[in-house]
Amino acid sequence: MSLGLLPTLTPPETTEAGRAVIEVRGLSVWYGTRQVLFEVDLEVRERSILTMIGPSGCGKSTCLRAMNRMNDLIPTARRQGRILLDGADIAGGDVLALRRRVGMVFQRPNPLPMSIFDNVAYGARLHGLARGRRALAEVVERQLRAVSLWDEVADRLTQPALGLSGGQQQRLCIARALAVEPEILLMDEPASALDPIATARIEELIQELKERVGIVIVTHNLQQAARIGDRTTFFLGGRVIETGTTRQMFTAPARQETEDYITGRFG
Amino acid sequence: MSPTPQTIRKTFQHRMEELRARLLHMGGLVEAAVHESLHAVLEREPARAETVIGGLEPEINELEREVDERVLSLLALQQPLAVDLRFAAAALKIGNELERMGDLAVNIAQGAERLLRQPLGPPLVDLPRMASQANAMLRMSLDALMRGDAELARQVLPADHAVDRLRDAIFHRLVEAMAQEPGRAELNLGLLFVARNLERIADHATNIAEDVIFWLEGTDVRHGHAAAPEA
Repeated sequence: MSLGLLPTLTPPETTEAGRAVIEVRGLSVWYGTRQVLFEVDLEVRERSILTMIGPSGCGKSTCLRAMNRMNDLIPTARRQGRILLDGADIAGGDVLALRRRVGMVFQRPNPLPMSIFDNVAYGARLHGLARGRRALAEVVERQLRAVSLWDEVADRLTQPALGLSGGQQQRLCIARALAVEPEILLMDEPASALDPIATARIEELIQELKERVGIVIVTHNLQQAARIGDRTTFFLGGRVIETGTTRQMFTAPARQETEDYITGRFG
Repeated sequence: MSPTPQTIRKTFQHRMEELRARLLHMGGLVEAAVHESLHAVLEREPARAETVIGGLEPEINELEREVDERVLSLLALQQPLAVDLRFAAAALKIGNELERMGDLAVNIAQGAERLLRQPLGPPLVDLPRMASQANAMLRMSLDALMRGDAELARQVLPADHAVDRLRDAIFHRLVEAMAQEPGRAELNLGLLFVARNLERIADHATNIAEDVIFWLEGTDVRHGHAAAPEA
């Protein structure tokens, strides 16, 4: 029986959650003759945030980009191994359909040079997810509310998105990514260009969004990884050294290389 | 903090080493306080009790505050992780354990002042043995902290049971003595308190050893737990 005297307690840790939506199996990637990923295995789970950490050039961004075939844009890139989305290999299929299901948010906010409304409506229009002004308006409002931007921009939806602050632009980009109802959201350093307040809002937003989508975040900010990740993967030299619950990775990692990196002994 | 300090965060590691040095200094004072207080009782030297009450214990208290401040500063400004985070957490607890041991040494020292007003009783066979074992446990746990030696820390844990058994034997004998010689009850009660405080000192030494194991291995061995951290 609760006497109502104590606040609802948050569980001390977030651990395992959900089934694997993306499974990376034996993934190797080359840029020209240079191999940058070596037989990487990992899983992205639904309702869960996976953070990928590691020093510059360790392969984490390459791995992230491989998950929605962004590396296809690099002519010299080739890969071996498989990336399964709901059990089906993402290689060879319709890349546009893949990117609808696996969205991407970049380091620097990249709103399209159009209005706030049209930025969010863009993907929904492209994929035919909402037809007519009214249906689109509902999508736009819903997604702007989801990223806590609605109250700030509701009276200026027709104004250029580039007039928003950096933090607002990044939340707009997340709303744009959400508008096509993805299953997975990939984020490459999503808060590194933002001030601490805007960063905190993005982190809070990411925590809320994981109820809707599986999230993968590449970050150099270890404290950020510790704050928001459910599971963390440590990359080094193109290999996955260790994956574990974030609590375990940041308090008692199993591998010495992980410990050396996160305690600053690396190098 | 790693026993092999190859680091690119030199300032941070230097502050961690300073913290450990202050803990070890505090531990040295606690060792002295326990030793002096027992000497006061067992060798009937009241001046030694005053050394503990007036000199060592206030300094130990001050060091606990310093250790707390250093740990909070490290957490706030340096954001330690993994083995370093475990060390910071362990340091906070070890500082508290040592401060409590200082208080227990004061209890013994104050008891000594009362005991010395009583006529000498029969030889205290088990009490010096218990004192020696509790002292050894404290020394081993501090050595484990100094060397970063989890194996040495593990050796402290079973010793706690031996001290508990000695306390039980002493309790039994002193209670019997009180029944047989009510006129000496104050003396025997005083000795009983010394045994009780010694047993608590051994408990705190055990806690320090457990904290050292947690720091070095990330395993929580308190209360019979020996599980590895979750994978």
